[in-house]
Amino acid sequence: MKRLLKGGRLVDPANGRDGVFDLLVDGDRIARVGRDLHVDGAVAVVEIPSGLVVCPGLIDMHVHLREPGQEHKETVATGTAAAVAGGFTAVACMPNTSPVNDNAGVTEYILKKAAEANLARVYPIGAVSRGQAGEQLAEIGELRQAGCVAITDDGRPVATAMLMRRALEYAGMFGMPVIEHCEEQTLKGDGVAHEGFHASALGLRGIPGQAESIMALRDIALAELTGGAVHVAHMSARQTLDAVRWGKSRGARVTCEVTPHHFVLTDEMLRAPIAYDTNVKMNPPLRDAADRDAMLAGIADGSVDAIATDHAPHHYDEKRVEFDHAPFGITGLETAVSLCFDRLVHAGVISVSRLVELLSVNPARILQVTGGSLAEGAPADISILAPDLAVTVSAATMRSKSRNTPFDGWTLRGGVAATIVGGRAVYVNEAVGLQV
Amino acid sequence: MKKDLLGIGDLTRDEIYLILDTAEAMREIGQRPIKKVPTLRGKTVVNLFYEPSTRTRTSFEIAEKRLSADTLNIAVAASSVLKGETLADTAMNIEAMAPDVIVLRHASSGACHLLSRICKSRVINAGDGMHEHPTQALLDAFTIREHKKRIDGLNVTIVGDLLHSRVLRSNVLLLTQLGADVCVCGPSTLVPIGIERLGVRVSTRVDEAVRDADVIMMLRIQQERMHGAFFPSVREYFNTFGMTPARVARAKPDVIIMHPGPMNRGIEISSEVADGPYSVILEQVANGVSVRMAVLYLLAGGVEGD
Amino acid sequence: MPVVLDAVRIGRTLTRIAHEILERHVTPGGPGDIVRLAFVGIRTRGVPIARRLASAIHEINGQEIPTGALDITLYRDDLMRHAVGPQPVIRRTEIPFSIDDKRILLVDDVLYTGRTIRAALDALIDFGRPKAIQLIVLVDRGHRELPIKADYVGKNLPTSLSQSVQVHLTEIDGRDDVEIQDA
Repeated sequence: MKRLLKGGRLVDPANGRDGVFDLLVDGDRIARVGRDLHVDGAVAVVEIPSGLVVCPGLIDMHVHLREPGQEHKETVATGTAAAVAGGFTAVACMPNTSPVNDNAGVTEYILKKAAEANLARVYPIGAVSRGQAGEQLAEIGELRQAGCVAITDDGRPVATAMLMRRALEYAGMFGMPVIEHCEEQTLKGDGVAHEGFHASALGLRGIPGQAESIMALRDIALAELTGGAVHVAHMSARQTLDAVRWGKSRGARVTCEVTPHHFVLTDEMLRAPIAYDTNVKMNPPLRDAADRDAMLAGIADGSVDAIATDHAPHHYDEKRVEFDHAPFGITGLETAVSLCFDRLVHAGVISVSRLVELLSVNPARILQVTGGSLAEGAPADISILAPDLAVTVSAATMRSKSRNTPFDGWTLRGGVAATIVGGRAVYVNEAVGLQV
Repeated sequence: MKKDLLGIGDLTRDEIYLILDTAEAMREIGQRPIKKVPTLRGKTVVNLFYEPSTRTRTSFEIAEKRLSADTLNIAVAASSVLKGETLADTAMNIEAMAPDVIVLRHASSGACHLLSRICKSRVINAGDGMHEHPTQALLDAFTIREHKKRIDGLNVTIVGDLLHSRVLRSNVLLLTQLGADVCVCGPSTLVPIGIERLGVRVSTRVDEAVRDADVIMMLRIQQERMHGAFFPSVREYFNTFGMTPARVARAKPDVIIMHPGPMNRGIEISSEVADGPYSVILEQVANGVSVRMAVLYLLAGGVEGD
Repeated sequence: MPVVLDAVRIGRTLTRIAHEILERHVTPGGPGDIVRLAFVGIRTRGVPIARRLASAIHEINGQEIPTGALDITLYRDDLMRHAVGPQPVIRRTEIPFSIDDKRILLVDDVLYTGRTIRAALDALIDFGRPKAIQLIVLVDRGHRELPIKADYVGKNLPTSLSQSVQVHLTEIDGRDDVEIQDA
């Protein structure tokens, strides 16, 4: 079945395109891209209204799908439904499940669930160490064979420098990056918020930015030593960004990602609008305005490689406790695109083209998966975005099983019109009404 | 006044003075032969204490009974928490019995805010984690005003474990609101980041910090802090920061020495100072009842209409 | 706003009441019950009236009658019924003598529904056991809601419910008069 997406603004930086182009989808592939395409035979024509953006499918490289073991928070089915509603055609899911994804069995289970849901593509990320316990390497080769695209002990850093070195060397054999949750654990202690004035005033134990940067420096040095690739997950502190820049300037293979909440919010959210709101508690924590602004600057000047949500669903009951006891994390799949358009593109920080690099091109490159490109012959993973759509965030109507977001009720400019995976429209936003 | 008293941070200057003035009137009731007025008759007050406390809880209980309220004490043992009943569930169960006021003491900062969002009852913070202990600061201010007739312009020095102290935060907020000149002093490891932004001077040398002080307030030091490497030993802590008569002599001759209790004699304060002529520590305890009566009276009025 | 009692009339009225008090409490041949008299003025304006009465009695026959001040706010029956707004401000109660066995002369400026007096009676009972309590008011404006009666009345002022009676005293307001205001 052929489908012609006609007259839309195609933003495809990998192929140097930003303009009005037609795109022909045949089956699960992109057949042709060009201007004023004429198509023989049966073809469904979809007129893309002006104002929408057609781009390579967005890839969220940091998502917690919670299955197996924590299905009360999210499942692969609900998580991928949330992903496509958020405009993502693929997600990479973290291994801190129960049991941990440190063996082929769990990897295959996740992939099976993804196939059953048949919505977004799922790229599992395997554990660095068995049980994520930080002692012995997991069977990384087996994980690779089963379908993992990277390894991480996310939730924690890789426990020792020695183990991180080995992980970089070993995973390097398979061309896999090590994704690192940078955190010096003794400095973090039992901290629950950014170490700054607001935490002091509210009586919350603090986590300094240096807890993140110290570990990043360790890992960058090891990446240099081994020639391996390290990806700094959910970067939050300006000191960490400086470390990444330093590493890149020395030729180390280091990349980094920032979450939307870290370039939008600051630790002021701890006290207002809701004091001690557990939907503002995540790790790494929201930091101060200087850190937030540094993230924006890094996104603008290219030091930041990717935007990823660190989508961390938690059940309502788990978050409805004292701040100290609440689990870390907020959801992100269904708010990311709106926040990116509203706070980056419309705010003049970056262009749409750069946004597509951050959300599609670079994640595909870092994870070494197909995607990030609308070239002829590529899989038809396409996101159709609505940069001017007026959106009011509503936690109650989200497709994720969990509601832990601080953005409930926010009005933003920018949203998703439709999401196409392998040529199939897996999500269509009724508010835009595209007949795709 | 608002529905709850969660912290000094929520009170205006006028509200603080109203509480202190009302406490004056309440104090007189404690001097009568029948130490009771019918003001809160038929009102139920629940003292929900997640942390053990003799002093604060007794003080609240006496205050409540003097106002003729019906008092209920719930001391939540650690085991109930371990069994998994959340604060939210406990709160909703208590709320089902329609108390008018809940007095909460809890080990987590912000627990009162959570309770206040869940319950319609008025909530009084009797100490939440490291955040605030508003009635303590109010009774401290009451005591200071008794001796010094005013608060603005006074030199107040607060010494101790600043980082972990809710008494510190409440007192700093209150004293700076009323115009006192506040100096906070403690080891660098125990100074909260950004505390100067609350309008206080910070010092790590107690001999300088107490110079010309009108009021010296000592904070309790927990010995367990040694395990977090905050200071090496209680011996060294006492030598460097302990309040001794020699240090007291550097303050003004009519200085008053305060402590929220319970005291660690020989660690943050020597017995000679604690029991000496400048100490008003026991008065603080007595004033606690009057101040808490004032808070209960001011909060427990105004009803379902608002 | 018509002034119904001016400073001169107030002065004369209080003098008259002072004499009445003495008449009722002096027994022939001795000081009698005067030694057990005590004034308790209800805050706020009952207090200066009580003091003036005590001073008048002292002028007449040299007797020093102790005087106390009572704040009845905490005993009001309408405290918890305010729909909005802050609690009424409390002032200190100062009764520096034992009221046991005394003949208490309770003093207030205006007697209206009688609820203030009821609260004052409750408060006094908590302070001790007086031998008797009598009520002195400067103005009785009627409209009682409780069975309360004054023993000494300065002036009976029939009023309607929509009117308000304002008593001004030099010690508090800088002038002496009683005004009736329409709503």
